[in-house]
Amino acid sequence: MSDFLFARSQMAMSLAFHIIFAALGVGMPLLMAISEGLYLRTGRPIYLDLSKRWAKGTAILFAVGAVSGTVLSFELGLLWPQFMEFAGPIIGMPFSLEGFAFFTEAIFLGIYLYGWGRISPFMHWLAGVLVAVSGALSAVFVVTANAWMNAPTGFEIVNGQVVNVDPIAAMLNRASLHQVIHMTLAAYVATGFAVAAVHAYFVLKHKQSTFHRAALSIALIMACISIPLQLLSGDHSAKAVAELQPAKFAAMESLYQSETSAPLAIGGIANDATMELPYAIKIPYALSFLAHGDPFAKVTGLAEFPRDEWPNTQVVHLAFDIMVGSGMIMLALAVWAGWLWWRRRTLPDNRWLLRGLVAAGPLGFIAIETGWVVTEVGRQPWIIYGVVRTADAVTPMTGLVTPFVTFTLLYIFLSIVLVFLLLRQFLETVESGESSKATDLKELREGQ
Amino acid sequence: MTTSLELIIAAIMVIALMLYALLAGADFGGGMWDLLAFGPRTRQQREAIADAIAPVWEANHVWLILVIVMLFTAFPRAFAMIMTALHIPITIVLVGIVLRGSAFVFRKYDAQDDATHRRWSLLFSISSFLTPLFLGITLGGLASGAIRVENGVVTSGFFAGWTTAFAFACGLFAQGLFAFLAAAYMTVETSGDRLLQADFRWRALFSGLSLAPAAALVFGLARTGAPEIFAGLTDWWAPGLLLATSITAITALVALWFWRFQLARLAAAAQVTLILAGWALAQYPALVVPDITLQNSGAPEVTLRLLLNTLIVGALVLFPALGYLFVVFKRSGEAKPFIKA
Repeated sequence: MSDFLFARSQMAMSLAFHIIFAALGVGMPLLMAISEGLYLRTGRPIYLDLSKRWAKGTAILFAVGAVSGTVLSFELGLLWPQFMEFAGPIIGMPFSLEGFAFFTEAIFLGIYLYGWGRISPFMHWLAGVLVAVSGALSAVFVVTANAWMNAPTGFEIVNGQVVNVDPIAAMLNRASLHQVIHMTLAAYVATGFAVAAVHAYFVLKHKQSTFHRAALSIALIMACISIPLQLLSGDHSAKAVAELQPAKFAAMESLYQSETSAPLAIGGIANDATMELPYAIKIPYALSFLAHGDPFAKVTGLAEFPRDEWPNTQVVHLAFDIMVGSGMIMLALAVWAGWLWWRRRTLPDNRWLLRGLVAAGPLGFIAIETGWVVTEVGRQPWIIYGVVRTADAVTPMTGLVTPFVTFTLLYIFLSIVLVFLLLRQFLETVESGESSKATDLKELREGQ
Repeated sequence: MTTSLELIIAAIMVIALMLYALLAGADFGGGMWDLLAFGPRTRQQREAIADAIAPVWEANHVWLILVIVMLFTAFPRAFAMIMTALHIPITIVLVGIVLRGSAFVFRKYDAQDDATHRRWSLLFSISSFLTPLFLGITLGGLASGAIRVENGVVTSGFFAGWTTAFAFACGLFAQGLFAFLAAAYMTVETSGDRLLQADFRWRALFSGLSLAPAAALVFGLARTGAPEIFAGLTDWWAPGLLLATSITAITALVALWFWRFQLARLAAAAQVTLILAGWALAQYPALVVPDITLQNSGAPEVTLRLLLNTLIVGALVLFPALGYLFVVFKRSGEAKPFIKA
């Protein structure tokens, strides 16, 4: 493998690792703030217990997210110095806004985690709300910077020099809105379904556990509200990508020849040499409709772009299908849960639904990972779409296999420890949450 | 006009770096004392350190991110050159940051038995030593004058500047400073327990005194290891700053000796601030000595102006929040637990 490929792999690996914690860092604080809010309104200690348990998980995840995010801010320069030299002045602003949002998040998380009993219950809850708000804002700002790479604007190049820089126009580029909505919702979807899966598992085992039933209902509400919105946002994103980055859109569908009344292709094995997609299931007119809202519209195929400007069709198409498929399964579960709730006005605890929710736990994160593969691999060979090629932005540093292997091993190690620690948190939840031990409650009251 | 904007932003960067040293630096120092804990109160020392760090370390750490963001927004060429020429020590710093932060939370939530606790402690404290060492080495590399840039390309390779005795001395000095800060802060943090206070008082005195030979070593090696900086240290402002630094250093030690810990903490913080100010002044106007300066690596004026506005607005949000954090957890004396009305 070349140093260039190691640089790309290290960046991809670091982002793939970090995005899980970033998404949970947006979603988890909302869950704990809702739960604590319910405690303040109802006075039921179970909600207080729940927000404390969720806060513990958040503390571990946030720490790993903070350090892996730090690594990324350096890696932008360690791996892509030429890109940052070009892009820094243009998109530095959302990064600095993100810096302050992250600062606020870290401050109020510290207050939230260690402030029990030191500040008033209302201030404590407010700190939780501020963590949730600043976490979401961090995501918004950093995604606008990524969106700029897809729809670069706010500068001109004259004689090889960057001139007329307009950081505000760059931040409000044409890809920002759809990417921001899609990623923020994705964080709530993924967190909602992952947390619902954990508690659905315990409700399956201990049907009467009030603790896990309360937890499941809050997580399910978050999941079931955000997933239909996410489908709408996905449609909005697809139309925007079809317009802004037709090569990426064509790769998402492995569409080689431009077509009117184009069918949506699911699966298949893209073959760039023959420019065909054999074994795909095709839904007539659906692609034209998805791209332009008109079943007869023309969709641009890859053949209209020079061969060296094609992204990896097989990877992008497969990732797109997995993302959409995951979303559809989650939507089906949400509809099912919503229907059961509407019929009986109580927490849906149908065993098959619960089993489905457990199985669907990772789907939100699978959708996030594959969605970012679509965004990032689909933009290749460009690091700044149509302006700078990724290969031209890489560091001259050699021996990049060393940092790649180092960070890969480090992140694998952290992942194993994290899974182990979080599992134990959940198992402790069963023991004490199940019986709501008297000692536990006493401790909680003293904490107040 | 443009020049002064660059200067203002560079000054804010230096202030952010000072705050990183004063706050996160002390967190690293705490990790060092965790490894070096000994005596009859070993366990209490470690617990006091962990309690002092836990609520604030995440926030303290963000100062570094802010410095990096300001660097690549305002001085993009400097960022590109630094990340290229100092790729190796910076990567080691990152590994240290990841291990330190993760090991610290893992220890807290994985403290099932003593053996596990010790393993995470060891990882936490070793990375607390490693990170400041390589941070110092990185800054030493920037100051060395050995990193050369021509037409936007680093021509001195990936080992220039930081693989020198001078850079290594900077790393040791950074460790010493952070250890001293942490011990001085801990004397205030442990105000409820005179025996623990005495432990940290000795540690602060010892590390504070060891700073003098360490500083002399950095200074001596700078003559050949960072000649431009060394020349800068003979400028008009240097004697005054050296005098002020010495006064704060002596004040800190004397205050520690007489158990005046509030004063000692203040003096120690002032001492570190002045040392960083001296480094910044000696290096001015270079970001990477000698080729990359504030003027030749600055972003367009519109970016600088917007960044400055962002920083002002951000500070209006940040400082009240930060003040609240420190009032809740670091108010001197015993924090009053909130009593429900």
